[in-house]
Amino acid sequence: MLIARVVGDIVATQKDPSHHARKILLVQPLNLDGSDRGEAVVALDAVDAGIGERVLLSAEGFSAMTAVGRPNSPIDTAVIGIIDEVTLIENIK
Amino acid sequence: MILGRVIGKVVATMKNDTLIGQRLLIVQPIDRHGRDKGKAIVALDSVGVGAGETVYWCRGKEASFPFLPVEPPTDATIVGIVDEINVPTESGNS
Repeated sequence: MLIARVVGDIVATQKDPSHHARKILLVQPLNLDGSDRGEAVVALDAVDAGIGERVLLSAEGFSAMTAVGRPNSPIDTAVIGIIDEVTLIENIK
Repeated sequence: MILGRVIGKVVATMKNDTLIGQRLLIVQPIDRHGRDKGKAIVALDSVGVGAGETVYWCRGKEASFPFLPVEPPTDATIVGIVDEINVPTESGNS
């Protein structure tokens, strides 16, 4: 799983039927310091996340499609949680 | 899934039987501003896209699921046509 921020959403009329009635979000994966980690990706929403929120991103097929509740569908990335807080313990080697 | 733009197509006569009748398209990955990002790939089409359209595509084993019960050997499939990308502000990064 990755920490990411929702930066936008996408409107798509013609799409796979398994994507109907789900928000399609544009999410930017983040490093622990909050900087961008690679490029923004397209993810289906399983937790009703909004733009600007920090979220937990599943970037693997089985967990993503299970979270969205659409098994055997073409979903490789899903937003599976909204992050309230991240705590890093200092000085651990 | 990843954003992309359809920039071409591939014709292959000799191919895996489950690929017969499927369209092979060349997709250029793009970022959220529509700029080219990375190298183009070949993807199957499951939604009927046209040249130049912005799409989003799926990677991995999941890429074969739109064609069930047939499972063509694809690792990239276009699963949606993007009508609109809404990115409100870039100032939300805190």
